[in-house]
Amino acid sequence: MSEFLDALAEFSFLRYALVSGLLASVAFGIIGTYVVTRRISYLAGAISHSVLGGIGAGVYCQEVHGWTWFDPMLGAVIAALVSALAIGLVSLYAAEREDTVIGAIWAIGMAVGILFFFSPRIPGYVDPMSYLFGNILLLSRGDLWLVAGLDLVVVALAVVFHNKFLAVSFDEEFARLRGIRARAYYLLLLCLTALTVVLLIRVVGIVMVIALLTLPAAVAGQFARRLWQMMVLAVLFSMLFMVAGLGTSYAHDLPTGPTIILIAGVVYLVTAAGGRALRWARALAFGPRR
Amino acid sequence: MQRSDEFRTEAMSLPPAVELRDVRFTYPGQSAPTVEDVSFRVARGESVSMIGPNGGGKTTLLRLMLGLLHPTAGEVRVLGERPERARLRIGYMPQYTRHDLQFPVNVMDVALMGRLGAGGTARWLGWYGRADRRAVAEALDRVAMGPLARRPYAALSGGQRQRVLIARALCARPDVLLLDEPTANVDAVVETQLLDVLRELARSMTIVMVSHDLGFVSDMAQRVLCVNRRVVAHPTSRLTGESIQEVYQRSLCLVHHAERVAQEPEQP
Repeated sequence: MSEFLDALAEFSFLRYALVSGLLASVAFGIIGTYVVTRRISYLAGAISHSVLGGIGAGVYCQEVHGWTWFDPMLGAVIAALVSALAIGLVSLYAAEREDTVIGAIWAIGMAVGILFFFSPRIPGYVDPMSYLFGNILLLSRGDLWLVAGLDLVVVALAVVFHNKFLAVSFDEEFARLRGIRARAYYLLLLCLTALTVVLLIRVVGIVMVIALLTLPAAVAGQFARRLWQMMVLAVLFSMLFMVAGLGTSYAHDLPTGPTIILIAGVVYLVTAAGGRALRWARALAFGPRR
Repeated sequence: MQRSDEFRTEAMSLPPAVELRDVRFTYPGQSAPTVEDVSFRVARGESVSMIGPNGGGKTTLLRLMLGLLHPTAGEVRVLGERPERARLRIGYMPQYTRHDLQFPVNVMDVALMGRLGAGGTARWLGWYGRADRRAVAEALDRVAMGPLARRPYAALSGGQRQRVLIARALCARPDVLLLDEPTANVDAVVETQLLDVLRELARSMTIVMVSHDLGFVSDMAQRVLCVNRRVVAHPTSRLTGESIQEVYQRSLCLVHHAERVAQEPEQP
């Protein structure tokens, strides 16, 4: 542990990784709570995978057309928002099966991304690996500002519209009957999820986004009785997983993203199983609760 | 008796609480209409119950009154307005089985949702103020759920959840209360409690409910709308074995309440 602290003092990239991980945790915890309680984690998965298409487009335009302003991350944000709105609008207004649309967007986004990355017109070879699996250690000072900015947007909207989001997530129809534009808030929630997913991609990469979005919230859900409690706990758990993951990966020279995910996954399984065992034990000792 | 009299309703200056005129509704993709030729009025202050077989269109009618569905033909008016415009003056209690019980909310959180869109709040943001909390506390007391305000919603029994949802519908102080199967999945004791709550409420507002429970209906409602694609209205006292059988098309055992029959005025 002290070794890790020394390293933190020494290497700026480790500091950036830690600070951005902690900052991003705030957005992860809040949005993750909505994703878990609203049961849209597969929707988040589709958004995340479709982002590869946007990143690929950004890389392609920079390499082939020399559009330096078209950063892959800009492509990522656009792709995430477009697919979030597409899935949302289809599930709200069209009679299509939602999971079919989710699957389609998931795969199409990946396909588009791969085609861009491996286009013969790109000179040399661009590696999609860092986007697929993320690398928190590659974050720069500029990324830190990006994370902080997106954080601010997510937190501000989530706090300001908390009651409406809660009502819409719990009982959309009733919220609509109370004069709330439930569909608009659902789409806004999906857009916030999309922005959060883009943040997550920098940390753990496209493939593992769902894990870090849902696991801290799922662990928090074992303890929380109200939505805001779940959010606060999810933020704290996410921060804990970030620090533990960074520390462990540094100490044992392991890739950071998978280490963070694995720690989160183990804690989730232990708390879920532990919670169940506790209920059993209580039922055995005191009889079923009534 | 001041209620359930169509002539009186017409004479009153206020528009009726609910009015359907020649309503037909067909779900998209279906050829046969779910309801058709439906015309009825519910006077202000009246308590009316809709009974009928599953798939007969009871819930469809309720959703038409809420403006969640729009009639294929005909007109729906609530308090003299289109349902969408009257929405904030309607209290609605859905069936509690629709909610995700893993959702982390307590009784207060759920009931407060009824205050969204009510006056007195920073409406645009949906923040709750002291007036909202007071209204919710009042509504919870009315259904005897006040002491359980901090209980997780998931930890309640079915009947308690039903009462919380009634409180949620009440706390916006509606003029019309629409209830979807208030006695579904509750036992006889809870049913009696609910009946007391609803009877008390019926003094101050119009109640329209869907129910399968004929005993409950005859205790509670002044008029029964038998819904099976078309709608036939009966005063509760006229609720006989034959008229019920007509709707359900099978025999049913009907609880008849002698005192209620005695109270009801005969329709001309």
